[in-house]
Amino acid sequence: MWHILEDDLESIAIGAGILGTGGGGNPYIGMLRAKQMIKEHGPIKVLSSDELSEDDKVICVGGIGAPTVGIEKLRGKQSYYALKAIEDYTGTKATAIISNEIGGSNSLEPIVPASLLGLPIVDADGMGRAFPEVQMKTYFVYGVPAYPMAVSDEKGNTALFTEAVDSRWVERMARAVTIQMGGVACYALAPMTAHQIKTTAVLDSLSLTKKLGDAVKNARALHEDPIDALLQVHPGRVLFKGKIVDLDRQTTAGFARGQVVLEGMDEYQKDKLTVEFQNENLIARLNSEVVCIVPDLICIVDSERGEPITTELLRYGFRVTVLGFPGPELWKTPEGLATAGPSAFGYDVEYADLELS
Amino acid sequence: MRIGIDVGGTNTDAVLINGDVLVSKIKTPTTRDVTSGIVTCINDLVQAAPECATVDAVMLGTTHFVNALLERTQLAPSAALRICLPATTMLPPLVDWPADLKTAIGGQSYMASGGHEYDGREISAFNEIEIREITKKMNADGVRSVSISGVFSPVDDAHEKAAAEIIRLEAPHMNITLSSEIGKVGILERENAAMLNACLVEVASKTIDAIRSAMVAVGLNVPLFFSQNDGTLMQSEFAAQYPVFTIASGPTNSMRGAAFLSGVPNAVIIDIGGTSTDGGMLINGFPREASVAVDVAGVRTNFRMPDVFSIALGGGSIIKSNPLQIGPESVGFRLSEESVVFGGNQLTSTDIAVANGLVEIGRPDLVKNIDMLFAKQVQKEIQKRVEDVVDQLKVSTHPVPVVLVGGGSVLIKNAFDGASDVLRPPNADVANAIGAAISQVGGQVEKVYSLTEMTRDEALDQAKTEAVSKTADAGADPSSIEIVDIEEVPLTYLPSNALRVKVKAVGTLQ
Repeated sequence: MWHILEDDLESIAIGAGILGTGGGGNPYIGMLRAKQMIKEHGPIKVLSSDELSEDDKVICVGGIGAPTVGIEKLRGKQSYYALKAIEDYTGTKATAIISNEIGGSNSLEPIVPASLLGLPIVDADGMGRAFPEVQMKTYFVYGVPAYPMAVSDEKGNTALFTEAVDSRWVERMARAVTIQMGGVACYALAPMTAHQIKTTAVLDSLSLTKKLGDAVKNARALHEDPIDALLQVHPGRVLFKGKIVDLDRQTTAGFARGQVVLEGMDEYQKDKLTVEFQNENLIARLNSEVVCIVPDLICIVDSERGEPITTELLRYGFRVTVLGFPGPELWKTPEGLATAGPSAFGYDVEYADLELS
Repeated sequence: MRIGIDVGGTNTDAVLINGDVLVSKIKTPTTRDVTSGIVTCINDLVQAAPECATVDAVMLGTTHFVNALLERTQLAPSAALRICLPATTMLPPLVDWPADLKTAIGGQSYMASGGHEYDGREISAFNEIEIREITKKMNADGVRSVSISGVFSPVDDAHEKAAAEIIRLEAPHMNITLSSEIGKVGILERENAAMLNACLVEVASKTIDAIRSAMVAVGLNVPLFFSQNDGTLMQSEFAAQYPVFTIASGPTNSMRGAAFLSGVPNAVIIDIGGTSTDGGMLINGFPREASVAVDVAGVRTNFRMPDVFSIALGGGSIIKSNPLQIGPESVGFRLSEESVVFGGNQLTSTDIAVANGLVEIGRPDLVKNIDMLFAKQVQKEIQKRVEDVVDQLKVSTHPVPVVLVGGGSVLIKNAFDGASDVLRPPNADVANAIGAAISQVGGQVEKVYSLTEMTRDEALDQAKTEAVSKTADAGADPSSIEIVDIEEVPLTYLPSNALRVKVKAVGTLQ
């Protein structure tokens, strides 16, 4: 067990930005919201999965929508409203809260209801990174039902999905509602048991964000290379160093889709890297050869400060380093790849493990 | 022939530039009213160089406005009005502002119904009565300037404009800044930038009016330009409304001027003025641009800025002992009246430099009585603070060339931690004025293209061509024009697939 203090939020936000692979919402705004909560309600207790007891009821909350919208129409207490709706419907009170995804502001979303209810959060999540769609959670891949699910906006609207054919249908319905709600909303899922968490969640991911963020912060303070520091905490490799020369971005059907083209610098001077994204970075092609593909992680960071850059903040002229990290093992099984592998995003490319050297 | 003027907190400098040649330079103390120093400068310049008669334009850069923010002085009592309800309330306006700056501007904030969704629908209906009530409160609280920020105003600014209209009627003397005219998507950062603008409009309008009448008085009936953060120029009428676009022009001018003078294309440039020290990294003769949100006086903003690190330390910084305190207060332009070496009784960092024998200014005998142990200790601390600035700008532990400019650079010794070389280029004392004089002109295009009629590439090409020709029309040498910024905002609420494109080009004034 550990506690999240106000001072830890910056590290968590940096780490979550890196694991967010471009998506998951603006970590700064998530951090400010969490800060407001901790200021008002005190530090947040974090439990590791083996500290959960058999009767614990863990409710997963998360944000849904386009990050481009999220930096403008800032989220408030929507996840708390959604959680209350699930408690009312199931007649079960939450005893702990867990994140849907560890990337971006979603990693800190549980802090809002946890603060308001005085509950602990669990050091784990349903992705081990960020993914664009609701069904892309290890919980659902390994048997946790995706319903009932509640989606709430800031205006006082809540939609409750009590039955669904599968998690894809939940995604479809939630997305349609989110667009009507103005492009950002929050949701909550049915309570999970300790056993379900231990067998279906990506464990210790919240502490990993803190380690990554601490590494970047320490490297900056010591004037060491933040990229090296990141790679020491979490094994991966540099895919590319370069400058953004083209950016094509559209918000359609609730997603920020597009691609970014980089021209190489230093040892990559003669090369070109293209990264395609749908909220999160999905595929990186060096010249035309695929060098990293989902569910492995493609992270774009500021070359000098190691600051993760989310898709909505990418701009012409930025000098960036693109990092690749292996995705969580739960995603590399046949069922994992079917849900969140290349084919799930419409790519006719066979998944191959990221080459680390 | 062009006159470049730099109004710093301590000195006002002017240069006369003919093409690439520095014809003459003048340095005078900045005056309390700012303008009489400028008049002195121009008059002296005209006397020293009769060629002044053929001046085509005056380019002015000033740190006056950013100093107001750093020192938290001359700021108008300002309020932030956000049009958003019921959205965004968890993070109200000014949420992440330094407490002392918030206090200095009164720190009022209000939230009202309205604002838009990303697709152009209203979040809630705009409510005139609410805005009238808020205006009443602002009047009662003595607010003189307001920033209005609507959620998604870069997509639809109707509610910002509607609120401005009501406030104009109910509070005719209120200065109004609309966030949609300042920044792009990202409510907190755009609202912050608009709020910084709001609290500066009063001091900016006053200063600019005075400068223009002063120019007319000495017979200079030529266009007056202000240098902007990105190194391009804007007309003075525009600068009076949008002072926030000039707040980083000091460092930009100083860096570009230093590049011009030192001939070193890659270095850390440290500009030590009377009140503040600004540092930036020069890459191929241009300031490195910040790639992430930029802090201005401790406030997070999102407009395009050079990556500058500033601290409140300059030649006029006031020194206190027990406990040792260097700045942030500065005697600024009163250095030649109030510092000890000039017969005053305010101990400043310049007095310390004189006591340590780094420079001879004023009457060194007046600082003879300073305890040398104390003087050495202060000197060490000043040096360390500047070395820290260089340290923050570098990206590795490798030493880099450091170019020192600005009047306050006399505070610093050449034995410099972390520098491979310390350069003090000739005429560096007027680097900012030179940077202003060699500023470029820009052209900006902002248009909505329907992608049913053309491809995205065609739309971008069209916008680029238009920006280039606008820049040429503004007086740029066509061969020098380059595109410096491209921004796309998709407007999904239009029936067709539409794209708002913003392109900015710059070139050298012909």
